[in-house]
Amino acid sequence: MECGSLTAAFTLQKSPGLTACPVTDIWKGTPVNIIVCIKQVPAKDAPLSIAGNWIKESDIGFEMNEPDSYALEEALRLKEKHGGEVIVLSLGPERVKQTIKEALAKGADRAIHIADDNFSQLDPLGAAKVLAAAVAKEKIDLVLTGLQSDDHGFGQTGVLLAGLLNLPHATIIMQIEVQDGKMKLKRELEAGWFQSIECPLPAVLSIQSGINKVRYATLKGIMVAKKKEIATTTRESLGVSSEPTQKIEKIYIPTKTKKTEFLTGTPKEAAAKLVEKLKFEARVI
Amino acid sequence: MKILVVTEQRQGKWNNTSFETLVAAQQIASATSGSIRVAVVGKGVAGLAEELATKNVGEALVVEHDLLENYTPDGYCIVLKQVIEAAKPDLVLFPHTYQVRDFAPRLAAMLGKGMVGDCIGFRKEGDELVFVRQMFQGKTAADVTFVGAGPWFASFQTGAFRADLLEANASGKAPVNAVKVELKAEDIRTRPLELFKEAKASVDLTQAPLIVAIGRGIKAPENIALAEAVAEALGGEIAASRPICDEGWLPMERQIGSSGQTVAPKLYLALGISGAIQHVVGMKGSRTIVAVNKDQNAPIFEIADYGIVGDIFEIMPALTEEFQKAKG
Repeated sequence: MECGSLTAAFTLQKSPGLTACPVTDIWKGTPVNIIVCIKQVPAKDAPLSIAGNWIKESDIGFEMNEPDSYALEEALRLKEKHGGEVIVLSLGPERVKQTIKEALAKGADRAIHIADDNFSQLDPLGAAKVLAAAVAKEKIDLVLTGLQSDDHGFGQTGVLLAGLLNLPHATIIMQIEVQDGKMKLKRELEAGWFQSIECPLPAVLSIQSGINKVRYATLKGIMVAKKKEIATTTRESLGVSSEPTQKIEKIYIPTKTKKTEFLTGTPKEAAAKLVEKLKFEARVI
Repeated sequence: MKILVVTEQRQGKWNNTSFETLVAAQQIASATSGSIRVAVVGKGVAGLAEELATKNVGEALVVEHDLLENYTPDGYCIVLKQVIEAAKPDLVLFPHTYQVRDFAPRLAAMLGKGMVGDCIGFRKEGDELVFVRQMFQGKTAADVTFVGAGPWFASFQTGAFRADLLEANASGKAPVNAVKVELKAEDIRTRPLELFKEAKASVDLTQAPLIVAIGRGIKAPENIALAEAVAEALGGEIAASRPICDEGWLPMERQIGSSGQTVAPKLYLALGISGAIQHVVGMKGSRTIVAVNKDQNAPIFEIADYGIVGDIFEIMPALTEEFQKAKG
């Protein structure tokens, strides 16, 4: 059975070498080529010291932005189910290569690193323009991002990428089913509500944390990753220059809105003091 | 400053953060000698616009179309671009809801503009309007200013402004006007389907007077028993921040925060919870908040009435013992 002509009826961009075509379910073999945007952020327990409008990077560890790790996992699962290529895309200084390698060790096929020492100063639109320029050079069906980053926390990258690439999008996604050249998605709303959405491919999705259980890299994965390609590019070579639309003037430790009474002493003493307070001052127990 | 506020409704019901954002707009308008237009988007929403017109605004705008009955990002971006081009505001404000996160940055980008999202406040400094938002999961605040010509786009977090401060219209009612918008079915690429809730939860945390909540500080699922012992001694329910439920260590129905339950118990005891904003919005209305955390700079202490800085693994057994004594 020749399935290339059948699938050509759909406007999916797919790799030309498509031959896998099970007789029972011709769509199952339709590969989905995916770019996952991942960001490297300060480690969760890193002590932050402020320097102007960013932090001192010299003494702290970095890790993959947790929401992005769910997006990567979802991409790897879609690849395992449908075939296709998973490309990781990351913008940042040399240090982000460590996070890229972790993604390759988990199973991504190749990576694009947009080297930029000044990335922390980019506004959401500026960063999205750089990423969009890199995505536009690839033939892909799907772009995945995490919901937001644990550092800037703009939460705009996926939506802006869709706008810049003129693709449909959906956000806060808890489930993806690819079938017949389109997706059925489960989108999270507030207060325990969800909505089903149908979305054509290609598209951009931002993934909600908790959609899946993230895998660890295996030793074999780490070894295999050493041979995988990391293409390096820059904002300049992608031809992106943009005026910022906003500027972070400074960051600072927030001023407290409530006066906290700190209870001190040994754990036993502090616990006893707390119970006293809750009983006689707050009168809640 | 000419301000346009875009409110949010679903199936004719308000998202109440809309009114908090309208309060923010009234305060910015007052600080900048500005004016406010407020828009409601959907199908059959003229009645909602009448309600907006009773507030202290210059004009209420009805943005209606058959294809806007259900929210889609394409539909909202296309019509709101037309509304903005017609109204020519300097500043467009939104409530920072899941829906706004889904379309507003794209709408701003369609006009070549940027958006400052999830703001918790603003300041007027000289001629400059400074927006305050959080970074690093609430560990720092950031002062952000817009660069270049408007319209500028910003959204305000739930709880950032008090809806009860909303000013009524002094002359009774502002004019209500329909904005003519064009939208074609083929321009809407995603199709919204059914709304649903997951299977009914077996516990209703919103009704629990005493809640013991755990966060990342609990480290491993086998340690949860220590927190459950505290909850049992107190006679309260166990709950958690999102990462704990994402890991599957506690069921999703026990999750407190923007994507889970919103609670306001008599006592909220936060164990090893740093206080990321997504969690805090779900519990900051609690009468008394106690936080136990090893990091004295953890944002949870900003809203705590009582705090203990220390190792939760030492403090949990001590709390269990003391609660047992107190209740015994």
